[in-house]
Amino acid sequence: MKLTERLRSLTRPVRSVPLARHLLVGLIAFLVVAAIIGSSSQYLQTRYAEMAFFAIAAGGLTVLTGLSGQLSLGHGALMAVGAYAATLVLERTGGETLADVFVALLVAIAVCAVVGVIVGVPAARLHGPYIAGATLTLAVAVPRLANQWEFLGGEQGLQVPVPRAAELPVWIQDLVWFFTAAEIDQYSFLAYLGWFLLILAFVALANLSRSRIGRRWRAVRDDDVSAELAGIHLGRARVVAFTVSAMCAGLAGGLMAMNVRLTAPGAFTITLSLTLLAAVVLGGLGSLTGALIGAGVLAFLPHFATDLGESAGLSATQAAEVTPVVYGLVLMLVILLAPAGIVGSLRMFLARSSLGQTKEKTT
Amino acid sequence: MQQFLDTTLGGLVLGAVYAAFALALCLIWRSTRIVNFAQAAMAMVTTYIALSLINVDVPYWVAFLAAIAAGFVLGAVIERVIIRPVEGKAELNAVILTLGLFMVLHGLTALVFGVQHRGFPAPVSTNAMTVGDTSIGITPFGILTIVVVAVVMAGLVVLFRFTDLGLRMRASAFNGEVSRLLGVRVGRMLTLGWALAAAVGAVAGMLIAGGDLVNPAFMDPFVIYGFIAAVLGGLDSPIGSVIGGLILGLSLSYVTGYVGEHLAPLVALGILMLVLLVRPSGLFAAAAARRV
Amino acid sequence: MRNTARRAVQVVCVLTTASLLAACGAGKERPSEDGTAVGVTDTTIKIGAHFPLTGPAAPGYSEIPSGHQALYEYVNDNGGVHGREIEMVVKDDAYNPTNTSAVTNDMILQDEIFAMVAGLGTPTHRAVVQRLNDDGIPDLFVSSGSLQWGDDPATSPMTFGWQPDYEIEGKIIGQYVKENMPDAKVGLFLQDDDFGEDGEKGARQFLDSQIVDVQKYTPGGSTDFSPQMSSFKSKGVDLVLGFNTPSYTALSQIAAQGVGFKSKWFYSNVGADPALVGGLLASMTKGKIPAEQGVKLMDGMMTTEYIPGVDAPDDEWVKLWQKVWDEYSKKGSEKLTNYRIYGMSQAYTFVQALQANGKDLTRESIVETIEKEGASFEGPGLAPFRFSEDSHMGISGASVVELKNGAAEPLTPVLVTDIGDAPIEEDDSAASDAPPASGLPE
Repeated sequence: MKLTERLRSLTRPVRSVPLARHLLVGLIAFLVVAAIIGSSSQYLQTRYAEMAFFAIAAGGLTVLTGLSGQLSLGHGALMAVGAYAATLVLERTGGETLADVFVALLVAIAVCAVVGVIVGVPAARLHGPYIAGATLTLAVAVPRLANQWEFLGGEQGLQVPVPRAAELPVWIQDLVWFFTAAEIDQYSFLAYLGWFLLILAFVALANLSRSRIGRRWRAVRDDDVSAELAGIHLGRARVVAFTVSAMCAGLAGGLMAMNVRLTAPGAFTITLSLTLLAAVVLGGLGSLTGALIGAGVLAFLPHFATDLGESAGLSATQAAEVTPVVYGLVLMLVILLAPAGIVGSLRMFLARSSLGQTKEKTT
Repeated sequence: MQQFLDTTLGGLVLGAVYAAFALALCLIWRSTRIVNFAQAAMAMVTTYIALSLINVDVPYWVAFLAAIAAGFVLGAVIERVIIRPVEGKAELNAVILTLGLFMVLHGLTALVFGVQHRGFPAPVSTNAMTVGDTSIGITPFGILTIVVVAVVMAGLVVLFRFTDLGLRMRASAFNGEVSRLLGVRVGRMLTLGWALAAAVGAVAGMLIAGGDLVNPAFMDPFVIYGFIAAVLGGLDSPIGSVIGGLILGLSLSYVTGYVGEHLAPLVALGILMLVLLVRPSGLFAAAAARRV
Repeated sequence: MRNTARRAVQVVCVLTTASLLAACGAGKERPSEDGTAVGVTDTTIKIGAHFPLTGPAAPGYSEIPSGHQALYEYVNDNGGVHGREIEMVVKDDAYNPTNTSAVTNDMILQDEIFAMVAGLGTPTHRAVVQRLNDDGIPDLFVSSGSLQWGDDPATSPMTFGWQPDYEIEGKIIGQYVKENMPDAKVGLFLQDDDFGEDGEKGARQFLDSQIVDVQKYTPGGSTDFSPQMSSFKSKGVDLVLGFNTPSYTALSQIAAQGVGFKSKWFYSNVGADPALVGGLLASMTKGKIPAEQGVKLMDGMMTTEYIPGVDAPDDEWVKLWQKVWDEYSKKGSEKLTNYRIYGMSQAYTFVQALQANGKDLTRESIVETIEKEGASFEGPGLAPFRFSEDSHMGISGASVVELKNGAAEPLTPVLVTDIGDAPIEEDDSAASDAPPASGLPE
């Protein structure tokens, strides 16, 4: 008992400063994740990498929709912008080294920030069904730009060069070897990279939402009239939220390009935008943990559902249709039965049961 | 000149179909303040029901009526079971719910009917008509499409303007509490609104499918274009919906014919943004009350 | 209180996620057998392919894998190839390149295939060519006529084409039109990717001055082609060359009727299956034209042919395919179609290559075998393969045919050529190859 008290007092500075706390949790999480990735098969590594970029996009979306209360059905389009930006940079730099990769991702984020402002300004003026429709149209229209300009590769898309493991800095290779006793290869590299950036992004988002900006977003979401009366510039708060969210989508798009190794308009369907929303709603709007869980579902469910369908005697063609049905049902059931999502419902349940405990103690 | 005429006529037919779709969205918006993103998927389901009937040699027009009836029932059931719990709650919930419904209907249809293209017959010729020696770019089926949409629109205007039922529906949508006090059975009116909308959607589905190939994705473009048409006109106005539909149909037809098919969604987006920025509640909306 | 609860939730969540992940990840190691290639054992060979089983490109194309599977089962029941049975994994990519990349990843890492055989589509397969070559996985007999599978073996040493490429098909069509319809005003109807581009390149060698309009479509985009057909009509086009997939043949016909555009039609082999397209067209005139007569709606259309199809039931090869299909089709009710014949013909070439390779099978050896001996493979193709160290291009020619009542009536002998300026020559020699008595390559 005493020891734990001592420990608590020792770690208090870390726990009381949100940034330090988030960074610490992030570091531990990364070590755990790295250990898991290192011991997984290449196939699972690709799934983890996929989960990472879905989670980054979902994290951005959950901040936008859950905290600032703006709906976007167009995040697939923003991912497309990020993917094309990263691909064009990688094409020019060759994409051989770690620096190339980070430059490409930074450009993707920057371009998406600009696009986020461009889209965010008109979007901030719209509400309800109008913003839903406008962003949905965006999701359909933006990928078609690839057919307009030759340098975007048309319907067939652009090949994405990815770094070869042998080109990575020696210290990374050694580090990975030291911790996992496995050579780093293309697949594990993308998984490590994805989760590293995912954790960075989530630490940043968690911090942002605890900050003054996050409080403003919540104020705007809960009651825009009072927020405006309290001196918050509604439009500006919304545009900032949209831009932050777009930057996440851009990073996710860049990572997606490297994982898929092809950037083509066909990747960015309405379904992508809708499944991102499904992930966010499923996990619980506004919760980063929820976004992570939702992304896990996105990365693993399709394969699971397809296998399930096939083992239930459906043909391969039919089994491919099981996934969207499951997504759709999940969306509907969550909204009808547990509008707070998995994390929110769990929280409520825990809050209720801990309240019950205190009651028992007092009586 | 010939091409311009043909493209214009093609655009009018396309616009009529968008208009029918926008009408259906408008009906639901008026009754429950919800945009139904599952509209196209519901119409796709009723069209497949009609196709199954036609394939067992049921006459076309009987199948047409069956599709309308199926739409009516489907709309009512969906409103009662799925939409009722979220009415009056956060806008976001309803939007996500209808999107979920869209995915489910889509997938289920593909599971039941398969994903392959199937030919869908038309009741009248789908070959171009000729004037003198030259053929013009409109088919008897295209003319039928325009006529049917005009009749549906006229019917709705009569219903809302001149009948007691229409008045009660408008009252329920406008202010549920007060209507209830006045003895209007509001819940029933809302269900009726959804049922009517789905029936109109079913008509649109039949008009789109006639003389063409259908697969479970054949209505997907209408999720978006129908919505844009409705917003162009202002979600509240049936006449606005029709005009919005025609504007969109013509614009997209010209873009596809003269510039390139891939630019159609971009042009649609451009039109939408322009209208929303100039008149955030659509072209034909009554002067919007400024929110505090 | 609230904070503690929240933190507790966070910890629980992180831990559950972590342990879930660990449970998924633990313990699965990539099996690698010494001495033999991945996907090959003493008794089996595992191959894979991506096909559009759903979506707009699915009609027709989704039947090709069933042809492969029927032939492999026939071969397996007759002792396999050098004692090994062939197993084929088929994955749906819905003709979407991004899906192709994902399912190929699954086939390489999860199913651990020895080779990709007959992956279908120009835009789709292009997404994975580099990946397959990087990983040293043989990428044999791509189901597409794009040039890129074979014209540059230095960059893509593992990839081989199979059918005549679209450029030589474009050349053969172009020359025929120039010689026989020199006054035709030609409109091109193209799929907006390498498929359309290669075809256009070949056709323009002969028809540059005759082409008056070019219209394109995006697979998966709009299905209403009235604006495109109006454009043809207004430019006075009287011969349309279509480089498109079968559904789009039907859709272009519908749109042409809708705008009153009348023309001669010349579809590339890919989009001109009379049974499929005719069936689609007939179903739209329910009651007026019975489905089996739908093929008549295609009468007068021209196309090319490079393997014998269902319309030639007396051909020795078609007899063999019919026999195999009757015995090994999974669902007895389904008929033999040209797409299934295409699949069986491809599968036959693959079995031939395995046979020629001998017992010691590695990923490198199969490539070497095809380079050395592929040009002399005798199969159903009307013209020989062009395989060598310098070219991985497939069948070298085709004949121009006109459809009558669903059957192809030859308008020319087999015309053989190559990409670029290579001359077009008549060569019927490979057309007379007959299958061995056993039906198995020797």
